[in-house]
Amino acid sequence: MSIQDTIREQVTENPVMLYMKGSPDFPQCGFSGKAVQILQAVGADFNSVDVLRDNEIREGIKQFSNWPTIPQLYINGEFVGGSDIMMELYQNGELQKLVDAVKS
Amino acid sequence: MSTVERIEQRLTAALQPESLHIEDESSQHAGHAGAASGGGHYHVMLVSPRFSGQNTVARHRMVYDALGDMMQKDIHALALKLYAPEEI
Repeated sequence: MSIQDTIREQVTENPVMLYMKGSPDFPQCGFSGKAVQILQAVGADFNSVDVLRDNEIREGIKQFSNWPTIPQLYINGEFVGGSDIMMELYQNGELQKLVDAVKS
Repeated sequence: MSTVERIEQRLTAALQPESLHIEDESSQHAGHAGAASGGGHYHVMLVSPRFSGQNTVARHRMVYDALGDMMQKDIHALALKLYAPEEI
């Protein structure tokens, strides 16, 4: 399976999926830490992948959505954005709706 | 030319901004694991008529496209605040 197929499977099987540096408990970058805090604030039940543990995923995820930075959030297999966009969607209430929609 | 000047040059050429502010925040992040590749942290505030009618993801992509290979090497992290003129 190619790395792109692996990523597609991950984002399909996990309704709320965060690609980040470090883990939710020990983020290794301020932007990744902010992304985790936002997901926790909306009560998201999310899974995460630590890209620092897997260089193939780290490079592959940048190609997957043609997005050069990490963190990256996917909901229902769809690319949502990085931490700036997550913050914007959190502040205008749209992230809450996206997260609630996959819970029910 | 500094990295900030090169970011400014590329964004100005691609997006004809009405307003552009770039801050180098690299010193705040030196040494953490994610920064091991050596690229810098930058904060960009940009107002451009090209952003009118574009959603946030599209605006970010326009900036990333303009910066091209700088995103792979010189820039480790980039915080973006992107506005159309009518939004400010």
